[in-house]
Amino acid sequence: MILIDIEKSLFSSKGVFKLEVSFEIQEKEFLALFGKSGAGKTTILRIIAGLEKPDKGIIRVCDSIYFDSYKNINLPPQKRKVGLVFQNYALFPNMTVYENIAYGMDKRDKEKVYLILKMFKLEGLKDRYPNTLSGGQKQRVALARAIARQPKLLLLDEPLSALDYNLRLTLQNELKNIHKDYGLTTLLVSHDKSEIFKLADRVIFIENGKISKQGSPRDVFIEKNISGKFSFYGIVLDVKKDENVNILTVDVGGNLIEIVCNQEFSIGDEVLVSSKAFNPVIRKIEK
Amino acid sequence: MTEFILTFKLATITTVLLLILGLPIAYFLTFSKLKFKPILEVVVSLPLVLPPSVLGFYMLLVLGKNGFIGSFWEKFFGHQLAFHFEGIVIASIIFSIPFMVHPLISGLKSIDKDIIEASYTLGKSKLITFFKVILPNIKPALITGMTLSFAHAVGEFGVVLMIGGSIEGETKVVSIAIYDAVESLDFTKAHIYSAVLLGFSFFILLVVYMFNKRFEIKY
Repeated sequence: MILIDIEKSLFSSKGVFKLEVSFEIQEKEFLALFGKSGAGKTTILRIIAGLEKPDKGIIRVCDSIYFDSYKNINLPPQKRKVGLVFQNYALFPNMTVYENIAYGMDKRDKEKVYLILKMFKLEGLKDRYPNTLSGGQKQRVALARAIARQPKLLLLDEPLSALDYNLRLTLQNELKNIHKDYGLTTLLVSHDKSEIFKLADRVIFIENGKISKQGSPRDVFIEKNISGKFSFYGIVLDVKKDENVNILTVDVGGNLIEIVCNQEFSIGDEVLVSSKAFNPVIRKIEK
Repeated sequence: MTEFILTFKLATITTVLLLILGLPIAYFLTFSKLKFKPILEVVVSLPLVLPPSVLGFYMLLVLGKNGFIGSFWEKFFGHQLAFHFEGIVIASIIFSIPFMVHPLISGLKSIDKDIIEASYTLGKSKLITFFKVILPNIKPALITGMTLSFAHAVGEFGVVLMIGGSIEGETKVVSIAIYDAVESLDFTKAHIYSAVLLGFSFFILLVVYMFNKRFEIKY
């Protein structure tokens, strides 16, 4: 079991705010941290990895204490068995794919590197340098490199945010399989609800450095006080006034829809679009 | 001919020692958050703005027979630093420091901090990270720093003259030989030496710029 209970003052563009979170991660769990950018999610990952020091608290991973401000323990990142996958992948440009993966192993084991290369479908790319890889390939290498070290906890910082939609779906499936096959304990930072819905067993909602909600993705993301059959989050892209109604253009997960309403909205508002339709038309999209 | 060999020897030794000395200084100046850092930054840059005579004068005081380092050196090696080859090596190192350290700093600053942190989280110490991740990724900066220091040491005149004088085979480098030749109205010699030095400097800078362009394309 992993225990994280930390406090740290953070400086953001909006001023100083306090990061104050306490949660546990069960073995082999896939936990997600969700929240707007600037809420402190990435800082939590960096603190767990040992790249930043909290003001006070405890971090315990299985039997080893990584940080304890009361006993003055603060293990350096080198001594923590966590794998961190950076948002921009942070591959070593001077090393090949093979060398990147082998770099973090305590003992260089050729067979194990090949096994991992195969697992991530990277055998054909082993002698390529990172700058010749596509975004999806870089992502796979970054993940493979983190897993090669056999971490007790895998930390993923918005790992798929730079990829296009289709690739993201493929990699989400791969991520899910790898998590299962390797028996990993994973902590994912993301602001993509559908990604979390697909991958995580549990989600923690972070707002302004504090936990505001937690539970299964279904419990956290689906508003229960609306009885509509459909409800989607969207962002208002445009507001057109027409006589005494407003015509809104709303971006719902990449789909643009027009909605007529008589309330006032402004561009950039986050909205919940719901409908009480009982017989929606549904058909499969031919690819 | 001895002047050319001496110049080449001086520049090579200066560059090698300066690389060993410059890397930790540049690393400190890039990553440290200590308060007295600006003072060290100023010290490193001083040789750019001070006239060589000022630097040479102070160094003569320190390196000479009665100077702090000079007297110490004389006790151990039997001769003083001023007017000897070792003396002009020290002078040339101090005078070329910014030409080594400044490119290294800009190289270190341009490195993606995430790859350094990634190396730490992969269990590698600061030292291993420095040699396996940082150094290979600042190759253009290393090459620029080394060639600029080398070229600058070849072309140095004022400080070397102040510290070393013009002793045949010991401190008389090409730049000083040219000065001597002009003084004694030996224009043929001055012409040849100057042309060689000009050609050499041009060539070395050309190599640096061409190499760095190729490096940019590769990465």
